[in-house]
Amino acid sequence: MEKGLAYGAALVILILGAAFLTSGIGPFHISYETLARLWLSPFESSLARGIDDSVRYIALHVRLARVLLAVIVGAGLALAGGVYQGVLLNPLADPFTLGVSTGAAFGASIAILLGWGGLTWMGFSLLPGAAFAGALGALYGVYLLGRMDGRLQSTTLVLAGIIVSTFLSAWISLLKSLNEESVSTIVFWIMGSFSGRTWSHAGLVLPYLIIGGGVILFHARELDLLSLGDIQAQQMGVDVGRVRFRLLLAASLITGAAVAVSGVIGFVGLVVPHLVRLSVGPMHRRLLPLVMLTGGLLVLVADTLARSILPQGEELPVGVVTAILGGPFFCFLLLHRKSHIRL
Amino acid sequence: MLSAAASQEPHPVVIRTAGLCAGYGDHPVLEKVSLQVRKGDFVGILGPNGSGKTTLVRALSGVIPVRGGRAEIQGDSVSVLKPKELARRVAVVSQDGEVRFPFPCIEVVRMGRYPHQRSWQMENAEDEEVVQAAMQATDTSELAQRAITDVSGGERQRVMMARALAQSTPILLLDEATSAMDVHRKLQVFTLLERKNLEEGLTVVAVLHDVNLAAFFCRRLVFLKEGEVACQGATDEVLTPETLQSVYRTEAIVQEIPGTGRVQVAFLPA
Repeated sequence: MEKGLAYGAALVILILGAAFLTSGIGPFHISYETLARLWLSPFESSLARGIDDSVRYIALHVRLARVLLAVIVGAGLALAGGVYQGVLLNPLADPFTLGVSTGAAFGASIAILLGWGGLTWMGFSLLPGAAFAGALGALYGVYLLGRMDGRLQSTTLVLAGIIVSTFLSAWISLLKSLNEESVSTIVFWIMGSFSGRTWSHAGLVLPYLIIGGGVILFHARELDLLSLGDIQAQQMGVDVGRVRFRLLLAASLITGAAVAVSGVIGFVGLVVPHLVRLSVGPMHRRLLPLVMLTGGLLVLVADTLARSILPQGEELPVGVVTAILGGPFFCFLLLHRKSHIRL
Repeated sequence: MLSAAASQEPHPVVIRTAGLCAGYGDHPVLEKVSLQVRKGDFVGILGPNGSGKTTLVRALSGVIPVRGGRAEIQGDSVSVLKPKELARRVAVVSQDGEVRFPFPCIEVVRMGRYPHQRSWQMENAEDEEVVQAAMQATDTSELAQRAITDVSGGERQRVMMARALAQSTPILLLDEATSAMDVHRKLQVFTLLERKNLEEGLTVVAVLHDVNLAAFFCRRLVFLKEGEVACQGATDEVLTPETLQSVYRTEAIVQEIPGTGRVQVAFLPA
């Protein structure tokens, strides 16, 4: 456990450092000294004296909100990936390869098309709810397709996920085009982006991460046993049906909320759990908290690259960056760690 | 082994099925299976492929539902026992123990303590003692830090046996649990089980393909054929050429091994 704690502390420091450094990056220049004064101003208000309001707004309300959202979404997607891999006994499972993310994006798109995007219920936006419904629908469809031959084969499951994902992506494009929306909104949903996201978006997804993450961490031990297979887990005393249902529901809830604010960001949920498993092993009580931190850090870095790498200040979809970073890494895992990944 | 008083009163029945039916989808496998296992029995379940041996183990361990009749463990129906409570009474070692993630072997054994722990409770000193003892008994201590995905099939089965022992149950169900072990290991494991059976009263029910292993260690045998009990009773009474002929449709010779009081079977090709 000590090793896990050390990794955790290092990751928290890295995330804070990265949040600070990346907040200074962008078309509008903010010096790190100004940034430090602004960040510390809640503790000592005199520090913020003499700083222009627009600088303050950009630093705290544009960049910091975006940083935080990237960390939350990254943590959520990586956690969901870790859960899908453990529950479905499938090293290739993640919200993207299972079609869950695209299902969520489809659900959100339908809600927006019907004009429900802005509706709220008791202060909660209904958009994550629609995304959650889409996520569950896609997961159920993929599950049914994947077990058509009677057994739940991991490759069949991913194949079904890719089919469902591609199919729903096409529908998202079609619906958006028919609705005469710009190409950029289509790209947003299919490739993911944090462009123009604010505190309200962070506030929208955080409760779902806390609820879903709480359920998942509560069942971390059961996830260990489930990774030995359903039959063995049941024989060791796990109420397999109930626990699996709760875990899949929680992971899909988190995915739905994340997708509702940032679109489909691939590879995070696939790569991060493997990366963390390499360093601390597969025990979920240690693995999952570190997976969340690593996912948050990775998406924060990816988003910073996405918004700063092009010279003219244009933004790349963040899903492009995660795929460019994640694809080769996954190939490396497959080629050099055969004992680590069994299909 | 048993005191005079204990042997006069029969041991209580710990596994009882009456007219048990179970199966998968629209495929019924077990049909009206009735059998009893008493505390301290060492029972072998034999039968050809597809006769329902694995299905019986799964029905008794709550993995598949009971479709008809009854299946009771220590007097309670398997269908009403909570999974954790059932897992405190029965541990199972299955043939197919493929693991996808590189858990260190000792962690796999520790998972056997799950039914004795509350949610999020960490292993305590007692758990750790049981785990170490189980690994020593199965000679798997030196595998402790190896990944379960990297050890051989026979080693994995020994780790799974250690995990089941760590579950500290009064009843142990084995489903071809030693199929990948070499002769030496197989006999080592069964000798260990025999000792636990005689000294601690562990009830062992072993599904076996190896008729001779069953003949050597099991005091009672149950023959399954096409989902029904073909024959059951004390080993020396039911292990006859006639039984083997009717169950396996193969001619067989049953002969005593000199000096052991136990018998062995030789099958003759038609």
